[in-house]
Formats: sequence, C-alpha cells, structure tokens
Amino acid sequence: MQSPLTAPFDAWFSARGWQIHPHQSDMLANALDPSLLLIAPTGGGKTLAGFLPTLLELASGDHEGLHTLYVSPLKALAADIKRNLRTPVAEMGLPIRIEDRTGDTSYTQRKRQRADPPHILLTTPESLALLLSYEDAPRIFKGLRRIIVDEIHALAESKRGDQLMLCLSRLSSMVPSLRRVGLSATVEDPKAIAKYLARHPDPCTVINADPGPDPDIAMLESAAPPPWAGGNAKHAIPEVLEQVRQHRTTLIFHNTRAQAEIFFHNLWLANEDQLPIGIHHGSLDQKQRERVEQAMVDGDLRAIVCTGSLDLGIDWGDVDLVIQIGAPKNVKRLVQRIGRANHRYNAPSKALLVPANRFEIVECHAALEAVKAHDLDGDPRGPGPRDVLCQHILATAASGPFDAKMLYDEVITTGAYTQLSNDQFDACLDFCATGGYALKAYDRWQRLLQRPDGLWQLRDPRSASTIRMNMGTILDTETLKVRMKNSRGGAPLGEIEEGFAATLTKGDTFLIGGQIVRYEGLREMTVEVSRRADKTPKIATFNGTKFATSTQLSARILNTFQQNDWPELPKHTCDWLHLQRRVSKLPEAERLLIETFPHDGREHICLYGFAGRNAQQTLGLLVTQRMEEAQLDPVGFVATDYATLIWGLQPITDPAPLVAPDGLRAAFDHWLSGNAVMKRTFRSAATIAGLIERNSPGKRKSGRQATFSSDILYDTLLKYDPKHVLMQITHEQALRGLVDFGRIDELLKRTEGRIDHVASTRLTPLSAPMFIEVGRVPIKGQAQERLLGEAAEAILIKAGLQ
Amino acid sequence: MNMCEFQIGGTTLSALPSGALWWAEGRVLVVSDMHLGKSNRVARRSGGLLPPYETKATLEKLKTDLDRTRADCVISLGDGFDDNLATASLSEECFDLLQSLMNAREWVWISGNHDPAPVKLGGRCVPELEHEPFLFRHIAQEDHTGHSIEVSGHFHPKFRLSTRAGSITRPAFLWDKHRLMMPAYGAYTGGLSVTDPTIRNFFSDHAGAILTGTTPVAIPAFARAVTSATSPPWPGNPRPRHAAGSSG
Repeated sequence: MQSPLTAPFDAWFSARGWQIHPHQSDMLANALDPSLLLIAPTGGGKTLAGFLPTLLELASGDHEGLHTLYVSPLKALAADIKRNLRTPVAEMGLPIRIEDRTGDTSYTQRKRQRADPPHILLTTPESLALLLSYEDAPRIFKGLRRIIVDEIHALAESKRGDQLMLCLSRLSSMVPSLRRVGLSATVEDPKAIAKYLARHPDPCTVINADPGPDPDIAMLESAAPPPWAGGNAKHAIPEVLEQVRQHRTTLIFHNTRAQAEIFFHNLWLANEDQLPIGIHHGSLDQKQRERVEQAMVDGDLRAIVCTGSLDLGIDWGDVDLVIQIGAPKNVKRLVQRIGRANHRYNAPSKALLVPANRFEIVECHAALEAVKAHDLDGDPRGPGPRDVLCQHILATAASGPFDAKMLYDEVITTGAYTQLSNDQFDACLDFCATGGYALKAYDRWQRLLQRPDGLWQLRDPRSASTIRMNMGTILDTETLKVRMKNSRGGAPLGEIEEGFAATLTKGDTFLIGGQIVRYEGLREMTVEVSRRADKTPKIATFNGTKFATSTQLSARILNTFQQNDWPELPKHTCDWLHLQRRVSKLPEAERLLIETFPHDGREHICLYGFAGRNAQQTLGLLVTQRMEEAQLDPVGFVATDYATLIWGLQPITDPAPLVAPDGLRAAFDHWLSGNAVMKRTFRSAATIAGLIERNSPGKRKSGRQATFSSDILYDTLLKYDPKHVLMQITHEQALRGLVDFGRIDELLKRTEGRIDHVASTRLTPLSAPMFIEVGRVPIKGQAQERLLGEAAEAILIKAGLQ
Repeated sequence: MNMCEFQIGGTTLSALPSGALWWAEGRVLVVSDMHLGKSNRVARRSGGLLPPYETKATLEKLKTDLDRTRADCVISLGDGFDDNLATASLSEECFDLLQSLMNAREWVWISGNHDPAPVKLGGRCVPELEHEPFLFRHIAQEDHTGHSIEVSGHFHPKFRLSTRAGSITRPAFLWDKHRLMMPAYGAYTGGLSVTDPTIRNFFSDHAGAILTGTTPVAIPAFARAVTSATSPPWPGNPRPRHAAGSSG
C-alpha cells in the first residue's frame, strides 16, 4: 500500500517500527470532509489519527496563527496530549507550536495566547466558551482550519457537550471553512453522534476502526455466595485479591464513590501481602488523585479501586485486567470500561464481573450476553437544553452586539438544536434581556437592550465579567473540604457533601480516601478530622451519579426470566428463580407483575416495573400518593432498579386502579410541582441560565447573610409565574433526569394495563431482597414538621426539660 | 394559627410561623428585614433579573398576619426597604396594598442600614423606639445593658437542626434575658447561622431559639454549651399555642 504519509512522517514511523493503522490513513484520506467522526476502541491510536492531518498540513510551516483546536472533557487529557504531540513534532523537527489552555493556565500565558495564538491549542469546552466570549474572538480564531473533539461520546451525554456544540456553531460562522473532527469510543448509534457533531445540514463521514478481538469477559466465581441485597461485594474480596496477584495491573471499577470507599477499606483489611493498591474517585483531593495517576503511569500500583473518574482519560498502558464490582447498569459503559484493559494491541481485553447481590447475578449475566452480542444500549438524546442556550446568548452578548435572527440561524445549525423553534429562541432571548416575567418589572434595568439599529447588546458593559464568571455547565455541589487536623492545617483528603457534614458530631467516624477518620470540628468551611482506625465508620454519602439500569439491559433480564431453566447461573440463584416461579410468577416484559402480601404486621405491595431506579422511585411516590387518597395508609416504600416495594396498614385487594395510566399522569403533574427533585433541577437550570450566580467560595466564607436559597425563587415563580420559561425548562429536564417519567411512560405502554396480580400469604422469593435494601422513603406530608418536633423533643429531654 | 408563646422579662410574646413577633398585650406586630424592592435593587446594581414577585409575596404574608392578629400597631424593625430607591420602585399594586395595610393602624419604620433615610410613605420614621419594657432597634448593640429588653433584626438568624432524616434549616428567633433577635421577614432574604460568632457573641449560653415554619418549634439555642446540672437553659417558658388560642 502506498503510504499516505510524507517523507519525515514516513521516516519517523519506520524508525519506530510502526505502521500506520488503516483508520489513521482513512482519516488522512477524508481529511478535507466538513465533518469526520472516528469510532475506535480505547488504545487504537485514536488521538494520533485525529492529529495526523493537522501535522501534515502544518509541516510546510506557512500557516499563520491558530490551525487546530483540540477540545477534551479533561484538563489532564489536554496536558497529556501536549506532551505526547510535542515529542514527534520535536523529533521530526516540525515548525509547530503546541500549547494548552485550561482553568490551570496562568493569567499571563492566557493573555499571550489571545494576542499570539499557537498553531495547535488544546483546551476544554469551558475554556473555549470563555475565549469566545471576548471581543477579539474573531481575530483569535481567524486562521482556524480544524477542530478536534475528543471523547465526544462522553461529552454528548452532558450539557458540557451542548455548550461546546453551540460554541462550534459560533466558530463556524466566524470561519465557514472550519472542518470538524470527532473522536469517540464504541457507541450504540454512531449516526446519532455524527449528527450531533456535524454542522446541520452538512454530511458527516463515519470511520470505524477495527474494534479488535472480542473481550475475554466472565463472571468472577466466589466461594461465598453473594448476599441477598446490598452492594459492597465483600464476599468476593479473597477472589478479587487473588486476581490482583495474578495480573500486572488491575482496575477495579465501582458504580458509586461510597461503594468504592467501602470496598477499598475491606480490600486493605484482607491485603496480607501488602500489594500496592490505590483509590481514585471524584471526591478525593486533586493532588491525591494526581499522585495515584502518576503511580499508575510509573507502574508502581498493582490495582486501583475507582469509579467513573477513570472512565475517561489517559490510556494506562499496563492495565491487563478490569474488574467491575456490582451490576454494570449499562452495557455501553461496561464495554468502554473493559477497553481500559488494552495492554497489547489486538489482544483481547480481559474483564471480570462481580455481582454484589443475588439479583445482580442475573443482571451481570444479561450484561455478559449483551457484550458478546455487541448489543449496546443508550437512550436517544432529547433536544438541546434551553438553559445552556440562555447562557450561550449571554456569552454572545458579552463578546459584542449581535443580531437575533443571525444568532438563531446559527444556533439551529447545531445538531441538538435543529428543532428549536423561533418562539423558543425568542423566549430565551427575552429571558436574558428582561427576565421573561409575566410582570414586566425591569424596563429600565434590562440586562440586554435592543439598539436603534436592531442589534442586541449588554445594558451595562461591565456585566460581561459577571457573565464570564458564571459560565460553564458543571455545577459544584455544596461540598466541604476535609483536612487532617493539625496546627498548620494538615493534609487535604478530599470533599464531603455539606449535608453529610451537617449530620456529623464530634467523635463520629467516616471513610475517605480509604482511611477511617474521626470528625473533630468545622473550621472556616473545612472539616477537620483525625486518624481513627478502630471504629466502624459512618458512611459518607457522596453525590456521585446513581445510574439506573438501562432499558435494554432490563429487557434482557426480563427475557432471561422466561427461560425454563438457568443452567448458566449458579445453583443458588437458579433455585431462587424456580422457587419464585412456583409460589408466584416471574415478571414478564409485556405484563406488570404486582404481588401483595402481609409481612411483619404490615400489608405489602411490590411492583416489578423494571424501569430503573429513578423511575421506580417516582412510581413509589405516585402510587403511595394514590394510596393515601384511597385511604390505604401507606407508611413507606423502597425502590430498586427492578421493583418498588410499598408497605402500609390496609390490605390491597385490587391494585389495578393504583397504576391506571390516566390518574397516574394527573397525579404526577400535581405531585411534581412541589417535589424536591424539581427544586434541585431548577437550581441547576437557574444557575446555568444565569438567573442566580454561582456560590463562589469567597462569598460563602465571608459569613455575611448568605444568599437566599434558590428554593425560594422556585416557590415564588410557582405561585406567581408558573409558566415562566425557566419553569418550563425545569419541568422538561426533571422528566428526563431524576424523575425519569419517560421510563414510567415506557412501562405503561409496554404493559398496557396487563396486570398480573399475585395475592400471596407471605413474602415472595423475589421480593425478599427488597426488605434489606437501604434508601427507604417515609411518606411525607406532615413528615417534616413531625421530624422537627421529634428532634426538638429529644433535645428537650436531653436537657432535662421534659 | 400555630404560634409559639414565650416569656421575656415577665412579658408574654408570640413567635408567628411567618417570622413576625406578636406582642398581644401591646397589640403590636413586629417584623424585621422585609427588604421590599430587593429584586429591583439587584437588577439595578448587578444586572441579575430575579423573579420580581418578592415584594408582593412579603406584603401578602404581612396582610395575612395582620388579618389574624388585628394588630393596632406595626413596627418594621429596619431594612423594611432594600434601599432608599426601592420605595420609588414599588409597583402600583404593591404600593396600594402597603397603603391599605398602613391606613388602618399606627405604623413605625425603624431605620436600618439599607434604608437609613426616612421613607415617604407615612408612618413614623425613627432610629430607635422605646416602648416599655422593650427597646426596638435595627442592629443589636453589644453594650446594651439597660433595664429594657432590646429587640433587633439585621443579622437574619437561621437555625440548623439535625433530624434523623437530615438537617433542616429555618429562619429563627433567638432570645435570652436581655435581648431578642428576629429572623428576616422578606421573601428573598438569606440568613446567617446562629452559631456564627457575629450572632453567637450577643447571647448567653442559656439563649432560646424558635424555628419558624408551619408549627414554630422552640429549643435551647446552644444546647451543647450548657452543662447538665444548670437551671433550664432558657428564660421564660415557651409553649406552642394552636388556632383558637387553646394552649398546647
């Protein structure tokens, strides 16, 4: 094959004994396409494939200014790529300047980059949005030819991606010939990502790299059977340690930070050989994380207990085993995680699944089957979120006066916003300009003004800096830093949620970074702790995302239930399913199984909706509300990915009306408006859209009367202006997010009123594990007042007053 | 209405769920830090466009309290308006509502740090007001030792109580033998924790706190600072009262 490379590149490749991969030459061959999407597994030379056309175009040395912009979701990745690119560029003696620009870049450096941009700039979506909000943006990006979006599959799952794609629409207006390149891991629907990337209606070429051999993946057999419920997988510690011993480097993935902490703790208790094992998750101190990453690169660690924080990022060359603890919830993410074990190109990645409880055995089995069948899952993306659009409009105004019609035309070239109507856009613009309230209160104090020539601009140019300070779509949760207590303010360990910190009193213990620490007190917004290894820890509740089992995986589990026998499952699990079939029924995809039975003096109802944790939780709230109306006295409920178990005082003879679709939807709308999930969603939308300013740490520390809570704004709008655009946005996002009403809808459509009601005299095998699930929800109503009274009374008794 | 009665210097007062103080004997309703016109000031100064309904919400809340208590006198304990320009920014609707509330009774505006100059809405405007046995002023003074009981606002005290289902934060009244500090009454008003030294230092260990909310809840404010063998950790004898005035 004729090499597509020019002389210095050819020589450089041969000197290393390398050959250009087919997908790398495909990328070169299609380098002039307006949009190009590369789908390649981890370790497939994806980044080099993305940059080769740039390096070739820049080799002649006659390009002036910025040529290629590289955007990655991780700062660390930008820095890493800078190192990796500079090496070949230096060795080939190419006249190419490469720099990165992230939140960590110094002020002088950033200022210089604006005046004299490098040929290749490596950055993050947030830094790019910021750059575009300056008046001199058109000059900075004048010569731009290519933009490379790395890990686009991950960006496409969040608002960061929407923000980035809106920025791309701006860039394309400034530089119409700009070519877009996306680099993605394996995804279920490459066409959707292609549409997401391309400038509408441009076509997008999709290049698929050789996915390599199928992974070597299995369930880890443990001597002790997994428990009925729970997620800490303690039973499998000896087997996991044995695997770590047998492999060079193992990544041990967990679904939540709290689980990772507990597992790491238990692993070390059993680690008699003192194998070097580290922990890595998003709540740990940045320096700690960097240390672990460096130790990993240096090959000093035999294993890392981690969470999604290692889903992306630098390729760890030496990982030869990936262990997933707990059900993977989502096949696509599992496949991407498995790809982390890619120590040799074209050798199968090796992975083991460790179910943490009985039910997860079935789920892990279904996931294995899905991986083998290359059946990836994913939910279609909804339309682009309008809170991000509001921020984009404000950022555009910060960069200079704009024409509303031109901005609208530009925005709808963005894949996610092609369906945005003119009215919807105008409502966002009106929100940015006047607040968009039914009561026109700000005629004199509009944020944006329309000038006589029709262009929109900031009323007060100084507000541009406020807009810039509040840019970005990642919201910090209210967290407090944790430090070892000593006279000089000891080593930082990480962060815990403010809400969790509030439950601690001096002497309480919790786990962080694998250590048990003792709460000593709060000093200037920092939690001070001391080392304490002899007490059972309280568990920190981290705000890590709780993933719900995907629709496709749930469907596979339901299919598994329809088998006559399950020879592929461990005997205890097989027996359990047979017993359920004998005394009750196994759930089916097209029917809704509802069991009712008395237990422990209470009446129970268990709904096997298989709609995922969030939707099952919402279902629990809705059904209990209807039970309350029907005077069935619900007391509480608990939800898992598969079912909702409700307990109350009255027996339920006919459950069908409780899940009748019409009433459920009506109840939903009423219930939703006052729900805490809505307030949380509102807070995030209001911050992104620029209604409320971010809580900067400095402001909170000053101890002045803190800013009021966004809940009050929500309540006010609900009462006086319920149709406000932010309320619409909140409603839309809550439905898709934490409330997940879409999955309840899907459940109702799938079952169409076909209900299997099994009235049992005692609890059933499938419902039994639900009884030991954590996360029980008491039915509210007057609950908060009651709790307050209760807590106050406890204090009074303690104080000897009652 | 659920209110919480408590005694201070031999006088009985009631904390209302809304955060207003009802002195039944004097037929006086006290509200602090209403910050009327706050959203307008924010828009003017920083460009943030908050929902412009807080003035209406606050005044409607005040109307409810006045309808229930039929107070003869209202004392606004300072920062009634978010700044001096805020009076001019009142919508016609809110202006009329406020006037109708003021017409029926005596009205005293105590000046605060946000609105130091007298407002031109009628009513009396004074820096402080003595009304036996109380001294009403906006900001508590550390050297206040006189025989009168100081009633102030300004700091927007709030209280966080841990329950078995997480902590709950509410604006709160705080009092001991010498003074009473009121929560902010306005809709868009944040708060400062009562444990913050700025507030804490005004009070003895035996201070009491009443959390506002549907049913106001009274507790010792600094329970942990009280050693076991001391007298009851608060002055007076708070007890909840319910709708028809029957004691609970």
